[in-house]
Amino acid sequence: MTSMLPKVSRGRPTPASEIRTSRWARLRPGHWLGRLLLYATVLIGAAAFALPFFWMISTSFKPENEVFAYPPQWIPSTITFEGYTEPWRALPFASFYQNTIVIVVINIVARLFTCSLAAFAFARMRFRGRNILFLLVLVTMMLPGQVTLIPLYRLWSELGLVNTIGPLTIPALFAGQGAGAFTIFLMRQYMMTIPVDLDDAAKLDGASWFRVYWNIVLPMSGPALGVAAIFTFTGEWNAFLEPLIYLSSFENYTVPLGLALLNGQRRLSYSWTMAQTLLSILPVVTIFFFAQRRYIQGIVISGVKG
Amino acid sequence: MGHLGTPFTASPLVKGGRVAKTTPYPGPEEPRSRRRLSQRANEELWAYIFISPWLIGFVIFTAGAMTYSLGVSFWETNFLNRNEFVGLANYERMIDDELFWKSVRVTFLYTGLTVPLSTMLALGIALLLNQKLKLSSFLRTIYYLPALVSGVAVALVWGWVLDETDGLLNNLLLLVGVNGPRWLGSEEWAVPSLVLISLWGTGTNMLLYLAGLQGIPTELKEAARIDGAGPFRTFFNVTVPLLTPTIFFNVVLNVIGSFQVFDQAFVLTGGGPNNATLTMVKYLYQRGFGEYGEFEFGYASAIAWALFAIIFSFTIILIRSQSRWVHYEGGLRQ
Repeated sequence: MTSMLPKVSRGRPTPASEIRTSRWARLRPGHWLGRLLLYATVLIGAAAFALPFFWMISTSFKPENEVFAYPPQWIPSTITFEGYTEPWRALPFASFYQNTIVIVVINIVARLFTCSLAAFAFARMRFRGRNILFLLVLVTMMLPGQVTLIPLYRLWSELGLVNTIGPLTIPALFAGQGAGAFTIFLMRQYMMTIPVDLDDAAKLDGASWFRVYWNIVLPMSGPALGVAAIFTFTGEWNAFLEPLIYLSSFENYTVPLGLALLNGQRRLSYSWTMAQTLLSILPVVTIFFFAQRRYIQGIVISGVKG
Repeated sequence: MGHLGTPFTASPLVKGGRVAKTTPYPGPEEPRSRRRLSQRANEELWAYIFISPWLIGFVIFTAGAMTYSLGVSFWETNFLNRNEFVGLANYERMIDDELFWKSVRVTFLYTGLTVPLSTMLALGIALLLNQKLKLSSFLRTIYYLPALVSGVAVALVWGWVLDETDGLLNNLLLLVGVNGPRWLGSEEWAVPSLVLISLWGTGTNMLLYLAGLQGIPTELKEAARIDGAGPFRTFFNVTVPLLTPTIFFNVVLNVIGSFQVFDQAFVLTGGGPNNATLTMVKYLYQRGFGEYGEFEFGYASAIAWALFAIIFSFTIILIRSQSRWVHYEGGLRQ
């Protein structure tokens, strides 16, 4: 560590008075100017990041004739909800949402169960080949999904499941590969932190391994399960390429496909597209606000320790 | 094991609290040790039952599918009436396929711009937010929010913001007297537009950098300051080296993700104008799923493997480069 520090030691310990001076130095005008610049930069940046959201909200309530107004109008003169209601009549948005919710729920339940089971074995049990198999989990995390796209398409079409939710849900029963590998990794990291003595004690009392998993480790893994559920939700809610390939008829479409379809209909106004886009991101954003701390925790666990 | 209380339990033959199989046990102990072994076998059996959903899935959906995909890349097939083994023909075809090289150039341009720019932007924001700021958690949320939005929704919002005549950006530019480019509608600006869009979603990187920065002990920075280092020296000699593992991780993830860009190119530009945003995944989608009128699954698989080879090589290069610039506190570096 010490090699990283600049070698400017003066050969004597710094007297306390000097530290005091430098602390006072922070109150010089230059320091305040610095703070001001800092706040200005951060706020302007935040405004730039938030601008597309405001623009989307503003456009979504605009009547047709104001959408293209110049200079850009932030507050519509009359507020209309047409963009929110009309597309639901033009396209089966209700079933888009229903389909997406079904896919998301099945994925969350199935993946949480199968992934936590695997994570439990990897974190707390001994078996031959454990390290190699766990390495395979990590490798799966990094494989680009496009390579398996065509074989899987073939598989599902042979099984007659193309244009059903099968290809989008059945993999979750098998820990859902790419994204599932990530879930296994995340939960394994968490389960490693729970003391093993608990398992040993339960085993001595004659509990089966499944009971150790179900009654002891799983209830203590709440935070990791929460993070995994949120990630699965966001990932599946936003998924595009796979639904695009597997779902061919309107009534089976998911929300992102419905949005792309809406966008493709050029005669429709931007206010419709923006209103529906806004609706589609609302669930994810809401969940983020309610579970913000846990969500960020999850990203940090998976990122920094990976 | 502790209840035995004899020195024997502490011998090196006993590993991890379990009796090694070779331990010569005296007679009376034998049934007990056999029970242990069967416990061990029981544990293995259950472990394999627990990982079996994943393992079966891995064999079918990952390992099997990859092997099959490699096989398909040597065939010319639409899985229906045309099935012909063509050897390396699909790979040879790539060499002369101008569209393929176009897609490679587009993908490299996109990755070459996105990775450094989003690294700098995310790191910059993280450094600013790491100062003691009022509202810091609110600001963090604002910067992170776009990362939550689906690729399609991002594309739709930005398609409207970047609209050449009525879009927000060009209207704002017009207010200050600049005639904005045609963004997604022009060949030169289409890829930079996609890069701009991807920068909006850099929030996840920003959070990781922020976490990395908060993991740096303040004593180190204090020590450097007391030793007379200015803010710049402290930043480059203390903060940056300690942040390199996070930077490394982010860059690897960004490279892998950027090479696979698809959603925006599909929704916003359809690969156009004049194939200016034809990314590799977009191209393999077009070949494989019939946008050229034929389902060329063999050729599309070959393109997927080319993409995989590129991503794999870059990941390996990055991992190899670690020893030169990534500083691990644990001393992984020699």
